[in-house]
Amino acid sequence: MRISTLVYTFKQGVKNIWRNRLFSLASIATMAACIFLFGLFFSIVTNFQSMVKTAEKGVAVTAFFNDGLSQDQITQIGSEVQKRVEVSKCVFVSADEAWSDFKSTYFQGDENLADGFAQDNPLANSAHYEIYLNDISMQDSLVTYLKSVDGIRKVNQSEVAANTLTDFNALISYISLAIIVILLGVSIFLISNTVTVGISVRREEIAIMKLIGATDFFVRAPFIIEGIMIGIIGSVIPLILLYALYSKMVVYISTKFSFLSNMMNFLPADHVFKTLIPVSLLLGVGIGFVGSRITVRKHLKV
Amino acid sequence: MIKLEHVSKSYTAGIPALNDVNLNIEEGEFVFIVGDSGSGKSTLIKLLLKELEPTEGIITINGKDLNRIKRKQVPRYRRNVGVVFQDFRLLKDRNVYENVAFAQRVIGESTRKIKSNVPTILSMVGLAAKYKSIPKQLSGGEQQRVAIARALVNEPKILLADEPTGNLDSANAWEIVHLLEEINKRGTTVLVVTHNMQIVESMKKRVVTLKKGVVISDEYLGGYIDEN
Repeated sequence: MRISTLVYTFKQGVKNIWRNRLFSLASIATMAACIFLFGLFFSIVTNFQSMVKTAEKGVAVTAFFNDGLSQDQITQIGSEVQKRVEVSKCVFVSADEAWSDFKSTYFQGDENLADGFAQDNPLANSAHYEIYLNDISMQDSLVTYLKSVDGIRKVNQSEVAANTLTDFNALISYISLAIIVILLGVSIFLISNTVTVGISVRREEIAIMKLIGATDFFVRAPFIIEGIMIGIIGSVIPLILLYALYSKMVVYISTKFSFLSNMMNFLPADHVFKTLIPVSLLLGVGIGFVGSRITVRKHLKV
Repeated sequence: MIKLEHVSKSYTAGIPALNDVNLNIEEGEFVFIVGDSGSGKSTLIKLLLKELEPTEGIITINGKDLNRIKRKQVPRYRRNVGVVFQDFRLLKDRNVYENVAFAQRVIGESTRKIKSNVPTILSMVGLAAKYKSIPKQLSGGEQQRVAIARALVNEPKILLADEPTGNLDSANAWEIVHLLEEINKRGTTVLVVTHNMQIVESMKKRVVTLKKGVVISDEYLGGYIDEN
């Protein structure tokens, strides 16, 4: 194909957007609305997941040792535990550290009340490993393993926290899936309606092109370029809006509802948009491409 | 150049739109196809453009059997057949120049060639000065001239005109017919479907008359057979 034909095809695609500006505007608006909803939902879910992940990281399994275990044996157990796939971090807490943690937690500001214990550490036998998990749902398998290790006397786990977080994670996944399916359905319905209206105006134009001897490619290419351009514009607009809105919302919530700041750590905008931008652009371009291709195909049989 | 052998076309079970039509049109001829509504004139044009497939029979154009042309090859075939319609069928949002240039774009002509060919053909149809006008700014006669220019710009050997004067007043109709005659004199085979009795009678060309899908008369220097 000649370069001049390619240039012409591209120019026609761009010109078509202007020629059918009402239809283009309707398509861009529909696309933008769908991608805006998708982006909004994506930002919320990503933040939720990150918050749950942060919460998960704070949940640890505690493993206490048998009496009289040497430091070497403890270190040996530690290095074995650290190798497990479930484990992200394994921290050794000596009996003294455990006692001083306990004191600072329970005698807040009145540590002298604990002076009665003098040198007699009531938690003398409480040296342990705090083991943090990669994934909270793996807690059971890790606990089973730890219980089978020689030298480990007792394993403490927070079963309720683990189960709650696992359930919550599953709930988010189900809700995400449901909302994505609904959004996709609504998008397809709205976009196909807009395209159908637009194409009925163009049916005659396509028929004329075909009767003059235009190939399917020659007829289709400008429509597809038009669809892709509409897709790009229709996704860039909501992305800009979402970026501005997200940055403002994070600042607003953090300042106005500072009590939430301990529970909610919002992801930085760049982190969310690093994924959202390519996904939305791909979605816009994809819908534009597929939409225009399918709709033009119906009218090519002349 | 155009040969129909026992060609029939039925849309649904019932009376066929064309029934066992045999026709042979030589290179450089000017032929009128006449007949009432429903006589099969438009079906004939559609078959020649390969918009429709015949139910039976063989259509040969320029030595090529249309039945053997695959769907993918149809665009290439149509580029050798110029076509003009009653309702002009111009691209409404493009100006005169762009409408004619479009036919050249379709065959992959270079921009440089298009810039030289389009003004030449527009001068021939007398519209050089109006190249920037869009169709709705032109009269019916002018729009039909644009359609003729578009049909001719790729220099086809055959020009099919389906009721080219149907939407025009008498003066414009005559201008268009004279233009078609001029094109024919330059060597193009011209096939005109019409029911304009006055023009057919005056032109003294070959006239093929169809009635209910059957050729009832085929006369050189013929006249319009009024069936009513």
